[in-house]
Amino acid sequence: MLSLNELWFVLIAVLFIGFFFLEGFDFGVGMETQFLAKNDTERRVLINSIGPFWDANEVWLLTGAGAMFAAFPEWYATLFSGFYIPFVFALLALIARGVAFEFRGKRDSLAWRRTWDACIFFGSFLPPFLLAVVFASFIKGLPIDADMQMYAGFTDIVNVYTVVAGITVVMLCLVHGLMFTTLRTVGDLQVRARKLAQKLLLPLGALLLTFVIMTYFMTDVFEVRGTLLLIVVILGIIAYVLGGYFMTNKKDGWAFGMTGAVMALSVASIFIGLFPRVMISSIDQAFNLTITNAASGHYSLKVMTIVALTLLPFVLGYQIWSYFIFHKRVHEKEHLEY
Amino acid sequence: MDIVALSRLQFASTTIFHYFFVPVSIGLALIIAIMETMYVRKGDEEYKRMAQFWGKLFLINFAVGVVTGILQEFQFGMNWSDYSRFVGDVFGAPLAIEALLAFFLESTFIGLWIFGWDKVSKRIHLLSIWMVAIGTMLSAFWILAANSFMQHPVGFAINNGRAEMNDFFALITNGQLIVEFPHTVLAAYATGAFLITGISAYKLLKKQDVSFFKKSFKIAAIVGIISSIGVAVAGHAQAQYLVETQPMKMAASEGLWGKSGDPAPWTVWANIDPENKVSSGEFKIPYLLSFLSYSKFSGEVKGMNELQAEYEQKYGPGNYIPPVRTTFWSFRIMVAAGTAMIFLGMYAMFLMWRKKMDQPNTWFMRFMFWGLLLPPIANTAGWVMTEFGRQPWTVFGLMQTKDSVSPNITSGQVLFSVISFTVIYAILGAILVGLFIKVIKKGPYNMDNDHDHGSSHDPYNKEGSHAFS
Repeated sequence: MLSLNELWFVLIAVLFIGFFFLEGFDFGVGMETQFLAKNDTERRVLINSIGPFWDANEVWLLTGAGAMFAAFPEWYATLFSGFYIPFVFALLALIARGVAFEFRGKRDSLAWRRTWDACIFFGSFLPPFLLAVVFASFIKGLPIDADMQMYAGFTDIVNVYTVVAGITVVMLCLVHGLMFTTLRTVGDLQVRARKLAQKLLLPLGALLLTFVIMTYFMTDVFEVRGTLLLIVVILGIIAYVLGGYFMTNKKDGWAFGMTGAVMALSVASIFIGLFPRVMISSIDQAFNLTITNAASGHYSLKVMTIVALTLLPFVLGYQIWSYFIFHKRVHEKEHLEY
Repeated sequence: MDIVALSRLQFASTTIFHYFFVPVSIGLALIIAIMETMYVRKGDEEYKRMAQFWGKLFLINFAVGVVTGILQEFQFGMNWSDYSRFVGDVFGAPLAIEALLAFFLESTFIGLWIFGWDKVSKRIHLLSIWMVAIGTMLSAFWILAANSFMQHPVGFAINNGRAEMNDFFALITNGQLIVEFPHTVLAAYATGAFLITGISAYKLLKKQDVSFFKKSFKIAAIVGIISSIGVAVAGHAQAQYLVETQPMKMAASEGLWGKSGDPAPWTVWANIDPENKVSSGEFKIPYLLSFLSYSKFSGEVKGMNELQAEYEQKYGPGNYIPPVRTTFWSFRIMVAAGTAMIFLGMYAMFLMWRKKMDQPNTWFMRFMFWGLLLPPIANTAGWVMTEFGRQPWTVFGLMQTKDSVSPNITSGQVLFSVISFTVIYAILGAILVGLFIKVIKKGPYNMDNDHDHGSSHDPYNKEGSHAFS
């Protein structure tokens, strides 16, 4: 039987997996607008393909952070204060991106649209990069002292390992986003999206492999959870290969499922490697933040469990329903501006 | 400046900025939902237009409200990590519930509403905007539950060196929340209402789309007057609660150093000297403070000197007096703006009752136009009073602001974030105002004209680079 601390660790993992799976593709689509779209209309089609969804997808991140605050306040406090500057940049990017979707079509001027397009691009590129850097440094270890305070220098956060993680996740978002595009568009745009995804599949594979190898040598996660991680890696390889197979056979829905599976497994592997720790101290093992010493009290966790388990089915229900309503592809000829 | 001062500056400025948009979203969502309900029930296309036109402003505003809200979710941890460690067990729960219950509802249904006009039935579309309206209200409830804990902590015990929740029900039935929630939400409804009456008044003065803006004006004016009066009633309840739970804030908001005397008069203005702890040149209305505090015309209110002595006994040496001038004047600004709203709303009702809306006075419509600024002024002043008045505490009686800040951030980092957020927020604010003006100038019947740049006649068709394909 799962303890409440374990359950909340799992729930937070699920929220972040959900976030990377969902916002992952809309980050990808946001990046695509700069090189897949040939003209303004195509760019508009791409933006509209994620239009009804991106905001709700981002709420997965907010809920993840909120759940962390409620269930593991020490984790929340150490994480957000320790990564102060990366979060400032992530916030600036998310702020610019969010308003860009709304503002972009509001004035008929080339400079205006180009400005917001740039915001959409950087706003879709920076957050997944920075969040991947943060998550990778969780398992690599951070200078956390006996008081759970993290005093990180630049290279504690930005180093070869975390940057590879960042680039990998950005690439993964991009391929995942391209597959989403094949599901929501028609004609030439759809064909180009599929082709580009196929082209990027090999570099993505190389990046993923590099990251796994680096993780094996630079972290302790394979020592701690070797068997389970090995299974995840094998499942990841299967999903990756199947993804490539489905792309070639134009089974876009299945291929999208597989890129999503690779994303989900990647995020899951970080959490599996961490468990039962939530942040690893590079100073002393005794200073690790764990699901025990970082957690809220039993009463608080119990209340939150009841609330979360009551609400989650509804949330999932209407979110899936909204995807069902907007399952039709976006055509160039339809009403595009809102 | 030190880290505490910079972090306070950042929290105050980003939260005040965020709170320009939140009440507009809450208020407009409700009024648009009412308009769309009338469209669905009566089948009159003009109401649909209304929902769409005001919806346009709503969405611009909503976008800025959402993105400035993300920062709020993160900055407790970023700048106030010691606070987060101390209260997370209690304070984190309402934040998480807000995200789970309200943010998902708002964000999913706003997507349905924006993109669903041609894709779902009228009823489902109507349901979407009501869900958004309910979502914004729920969001207010949970974040105010968290804020109420800071004003008047309940439902917890100090264990393991921190506040731990032991009664969730107490947390959501906190007396502070019971008075703060209606006051805040009604003020938000008034904010949306006065925005619509203000813009409508401007258009009526210009004699543009008269029928459309007259109808909009009427709907909003009714919402406006009901909520403005409601705000005052709820505010009165809140003041009574304040005397009980945070008497220091009350005394500061009155500039009251010594005892008030019985019955207590209400000070309209005063020259406050916090250094020498005296107020001079006061103009007072007899009995009024007794009435505000106790709903009767007798009763004494404690002054700051007496409370300071009590708090020193209870909490140890220190200065427990908040910034008096700020608390005093923000309270008065809020009350003045709120009173003006009630008068404007009543006069609008009078015109509607006498069926004089066809020929309203020019001066009155000018007042109504500028009246759109009253709610944001009152909202801001109200929060300034609430939050400044709570100082030096973050959680009243439990934790002080100076002990709440993150110990592991540097003033350089915070300076950088203060400047970055200020710059980006200033740009957002300017753009929002610009876009509002553009939408308003175009009016409800030209909304879609600038959007027909299809691919066939798109002059920028060739600029797309496709290096990868």
